[in-house]
Amino acid sequence: MIRYASRRLLAAIPLLFVVPLLVFALIELAPGDPAVVLAGDEPTPERVEAIREELNLNAPVLVRYAMWVGDVLRGDLGTSFLSDQTVIELLTRRMATTMSLVLVAMIFAVVLGATLALVATLRSGGIVDRFVNGLASIAIAIPGFWFGLVLASVFAVGLQMFPAFGYQPLADGFWPWLSHLVLPGIALGLLPAAEVTLQLRSALGQVMKSDYVLNAEAKGLSRSSVVFKHSLKNACIPVVTVLGFRVAEVLAGSVTIEMIYNMPGLGRTAIEAVQGRDIPVLLGFVLFSTTVVVLVNLIVDISYGYFNPKVRS
Amino acid sequence: MARETAPAGTRTDATGGTADLLRVENLSVEFPSPSGGWQTTVQDVSFSLKPGGSMALVGESGSGKTVTSIAVMGLTGATGGRIASGRIVFDGVDLTAGTQKQWRDLRGPGMGMIFQQPIRSLNPAYTVGDQIAESVRKHLGMNRKQARARAVEMLDMVQIPRAAQRIDDYPHAFSGGMCQRVMIAMVMACNPRLLIADEPTTALDVTVQERILELLRDLQEQTGVALLFVSHDLAVVAELCRDVVVMYAGEVAENAPSEQLFFHPRHPYTSGLIGSIPKPGLSTDRRLRAIPGGIPAPGAWPHGCRFSSRCEFAVPGRCDVAHPGLVRLDGAAEHHARCVRAAELSLDGVTV
Repeated sequence: MIRYASRRLLAAIPLLFVVPLLVFALIELAPGDPAVVLAGDEPTPERVEAIREELNLNAPVLVRYAMWVGDVLRGDLGTSFLSDQTVIELLTRRMATTMSLVLVAMIFAVVLGATLALVATLRSGGIVDRFVNGLASIAIAIPGFWFGLVLASVFAVGLQMFPAFGYQPLADGFWPWLSHLVLPGIALGLLPAAEVTLQLRSALGQVMKSDYVLNAEAKGLSRSSVVFKHSLKNACIPVVTVLGFRVAEVLAGSVTIEMIYNMPGLGRTAIEAVQGRDIPVLLGFVLFSTTVVVLVNLIVDISYGYFNPKVRS
Repeated sequence: MARETAPAGTRTDATGGTADLLRVENLSVEFPSPSGGWQTTVQDVSFSLKPGGSMALVGESGSGKTVTSIAVMGLTGATGGRIASGRIVFDGVDLTAGTQKQWRDLRGPGMGMIFQQPIRSLNPAYTVGDQIAESVRKHLGMNRKQARARAVEMLDMVQIPRAAQRIDDYPHAFSGGMCQRVMIAMVMACNPRLLIADEPTTALDVTVQERILELLRDLQEQTGVALLFVSHDLAVVAELCRDVVVMYAGEVAENAPSEQLFFHPRHPYTSGLIGSIPKPGLSTDRRLRAIPGGIPAPGAWPHGCRFSSRCEFAVPGRCDVAHPGLVRLDGAAEHHARCVRAAELSLDGVTV
């Protein structure tokens, strides 16, 4: 298992460098010159040229990419164009917010999705089943940013149950931390929750028709053992695959949600970096996101061994 | 009638004979039909089985034998159907009148079932030891350690080599025949009084089939478990069962003690089934007989005798007008056939 995991990790390393290369290419193709942006209002051509020279923007794109890779390999992600902070400082400070948000969103998605799917399966074909199915289908079509605004206006502005914006570190206490994450977490977790519901409902439907579930019934096991032990574990295999993909989507979705709830997270940092043509910060963000997605997929792969023993041999 | 090996506490009826362990009375089972409403797939089936006895349900695919055995287990609902009428009486208790829980509690210690596809009947996500142990923990109240020891003991009993190591293997590490042994071990671990075997060897290699049948026969002798054996293979049934119920198109076509049925079949369908058994030792130029046509699907059952369209003895005006009843035949105790011409036909049985 350890050998398998390390092999997978090694295979993912090229990905960590290919994705930033694409970003380099995109920045190159995008209109707008970082030096012009940085030079402020009505810059003189000399000032722009000086900035270009200082930031090494005149070198060809592949040379700049090679230099960036060299720096990264030495553990240096560079310094932000816009502030004096190093990229690593900036990202670490803002990482906690985004990771907290993604965590709350995923927990919400799994708990709500699994509960609804189980309830629907136990009432298979009934009105509850159809209601859950309809609800999840609608939820999939709701845009996260719109849902985030609705939640904020109803529960934060209207009912004043939760703060409308901002973030408190976990160090300030659990409840202040969580209360700031409830609404954005739900807004961000709605889509994956709906997907987990539909996916698990369909997988459970299949598994419940299988011979081994009939056999579990024939053994006189309790209803809960038939559902939770003999059905759920097998039905989780496709769901776990989907969850792995969704972590990447949720990470991407956190960008808009952090803007709506004015949270100082990575998504906000990325937006600011794009607007200010802050290339080192943007590249750092991309490198970090790619790493997270690679790690999550590795965890998914390893979890297959638990859900499906056939993979282990 | 009662065997010495019959479990203690077996009820006896008023006449002093052994009471039936299982009595199926006028059972009808329905499934939702694609066009809406309910479609009868098993109709008015009755038979009984003594403690320690052995009975075969025989018929082609689609005759309703599996549906009948699933109904005995109380699993009709789990397969999407319902028992429309009739009673299933186990050890004197009418299960059809009782609760789901009563039936569930009987599955395991009262009755157990092994299926046609042993590989698909074992849960791929748990070790075979765990799947045997969970039954005995639930039904015999054993703790983890005792249950594990019981699992090893049972795997040993069904002759799986290196049982102590193999209980930690997952089903995919076993062949089909070995999976069926695991299934048998799992069911027998709870000391059931009735074992239902639904085509237990159909999915297996011919060489493995014989060993599984031997194992079932040995187990029956050692434990005194009653056997309800579901099969389309009359040759196998002849080796294993004392009584035979032949099913056709959802109903009983003929029933009799095995010997009686094999040598003196009274229903053309039974005779046809016997004629289609390949027999080694007989002249090779003898052609196997095949019954022409196929079994009619539920809902497409003919108005008269359901076998009449395929029957070489069918007489227009007699066989296709009214649905014949299951009639007790003269001169033969415990022999019934559903054929209007049963008394006048002389049918081929097993020829020696």
